[in-house]
Amino acid sequence: MLTPTRDAAQDAATAPPRQSRRVGFNQRLGRWDVKFSPYLYISPFFILFLITGLFPIVFTAYVSMHSWNLLFGQGEFVGLKNYTDVFAQPHFWTSLRNTFSIFVLSSVPQVITAIVLAAFLDQNLRSKTFWRMGVLLPYVVAPVAVGMIFGRLFADKSGLINAGLEAIGLPAVQWHVDVLASHIAIASMVNFRWTGYNTLIFLAAMQAVPRELYEAAIIDGANRMRQFFSVTIPQIRATIIFVVITATIGGLQIFDEPRVYDATGLGGASKQWLTTTLYLYDVGWGNQKNLGRAAAVAWLLFLIIVVIGFLNFAATRRIATGGSGVPSRRARRAAERAAANRRAS
Amino acid sequence: MSSVPTVAQTAGPRAARSAARKSSRRAKVGGYDRRPRWLTYTVLGFAVFIGLAPLYYTIVIGSSDPISIAQDALPQFLPDSTLFHNFSLVIHSEAFSFWKAFANSVIISVVTSTSVVLFSTLAGFSFAKLRFRGRGALLVFVIATMAVPTQLGVVPMYILMTDLHWIGKLQAVIVPGLVTAFGVFWMTQYLEEALPYELIEAARMDGASMIRTFWSIALPAARPAAAMLALFTFVAQWVNFFWPSIVLSSENPTLPLTIRLLQANYFVDYSLVLAGVFLMTIPLLVLFLFTGRHLVAGIMAGAVKG
Repeated sequence: MLTPTRDAAQDAATAPPRQSRRVGFNQRLGRWDVKFSPYLYISPFFILFLITGLFPIVFTAYVSMHSWNLLFGQGEFVGLKNYTDVFAQPHFWTSLRNTFSIFVLSSVPQVITAIVLAAFLDQNLRSKTFWRMGVLLPYVVAPVAVGMIFGRLFADKSGLINAGLEAIGLPAVQWHVDVLASHIAIASMVNFRWTGYNTLIFLAAMQAVPRELYEAAIIDGANRMRQFFSVTIPQIRATIIFVVITATIGGLQIFDEPRVYDATGLGGASKQWLTTTLYLYDVGWGNQKNLGRAAAVAWLLFLIIVVIGFLNFAATRRIATGGSGVPSRRARRAAERAAANRRAS
Repeated sequence: MSSVPTVAQTAGPRAARSAARKSSRRAKVGGYDRRPRWLTYTVLGFAVFIGLAPLYYTIVIGSSDPISIAQDALPQFLPDSTLFHNFSLVIHSEAFSFWKAFANSVIISVVTSTSVVLFSTLAGFSFAKLRFRGRGALLVFVIATMAVPTQLGVVPMYILMTDLHWIGKLQAVIVPGLVTAFGVFWMTQYLEEALPYELIEAARMDGASMIRTFWSIALPAARPAAAMLALFTFVAQWVNFFWPSIVLSSENPTLPLTIRLLQANYFVDYSLVLAGVFLMTIPLLVLFLFTGRHLVAGIMAGAVKG
């Protein structure tokens, strides 16, 4: 592979340095061009990202330690009072419970379904593109739209799901009253939109698995099931971790679907499906109009996401490695090296 | 197969992997590459059905009226022309201006996807092909920030927008969407492989300035990845709800916000609400029809690299 140093070598060849003072403005301009252009080209991203991405996250901590009203602006420094206020509000704890519950109900079935679907897609199918586009279709439906559609499907009275349940002799479920039922309904919206997307990610990972491994497994007498658990799953481990981390970051911030699950958008009569981001919105822009407290909620949620992200990272590493039985330490190290290489490249 | 190690030495491990993949695909060893049987198609067919059914349900309910919905969970099996009547009721609704919301969504999505593509390609070109001090550290920074939930910076962002007097204006949504860390990472990855150093050198030899090299060499080379990035950004902005619902008002909404307005104003008539929901989904469905295969390819390419 060629190295970037060539650029400099070529410059040196065409422009012998310090020949005379009259070397000329053009050449100096050329050298500045080479030297400063890289910084110039990355600067729009960094400047905009620092202002609209990084600064707000950090400044959230500052706002959270002040009394700060939506209408009257910044007040005095209050230390950790906003945090203790938030901890004292039962709705905050309810929102955490709901967020975790919805997150688990959406991410676990979603990842499993996506892996299974990907295994079905990872075959010598007829009209591959059709099937791939078919599973991706829900991705282009906006989460709010999904929320409205499913909110109606899961209506307590004359909803299609309840009608179906009654048709097969089961009792109707109070989807907008019962806590767990409302979580299942909202999780199904998330699953609807994201399962296909993740299926394609897993499919790509499966296609990158060297076919020799399957050949070897077949020779060893492994059936399709055994190949799936002993070859496919361990081989796509890095991708499983990636998907779980992304699902964590997105899933714990869920807002759109619970916001439109009913017409009032406040998480239900007894906050059955009030999520933490919905609570954050309500604290800041809803009833309390308290930006300081909202910042405290945002900062807490940020920390929770980081912690859960790391826990998930550790957990998926173990589960995905454990899938192939207990590999020898050497095999495990080799796999880790390979994963590290893949990440690095 | 013997050629693989050589490839690994000369062109790096990734080329070796892809060479191995190709040669194994040619090998078609017993069993793995045979056509799958009906079970596979049944499962996949069911998955596609699950994806389509809620949309079909939407147009069926959208073709109905509040009285029959109240009586029957599925008042009819087929959509009919009432759907278009309900569409026109939504378009002429007094709760919001549909065309204004539509125009706002188009403006926001087009401006942000253009800007994300331009700035990401610019930065990606620099990271992938230019040499400068701090390059490695800055690239690691970009990758690390991809995992930061920036949505949680809403409070300071709102304060900033208030100070700028941008509340209720489109730039409050556009400006934070002008760049993404993902875009920079994506274009860097692509240009590293797709743009040979020889091309850059040739352009430089011919006396092209850096920006000229970018414009005439890097940008055309980046086109396939840039198109995918534009698509993803477009979709993400079109469906964006949380931040717009904080900074925009019902006088100047985007389409997702009008869905919420529909619900708040017409919650007694779900035929109208779901007709509106479908109406607002149509543009992305059309986009998907024409560019769906690129979205598929983009997701799959991103997965292998990410």
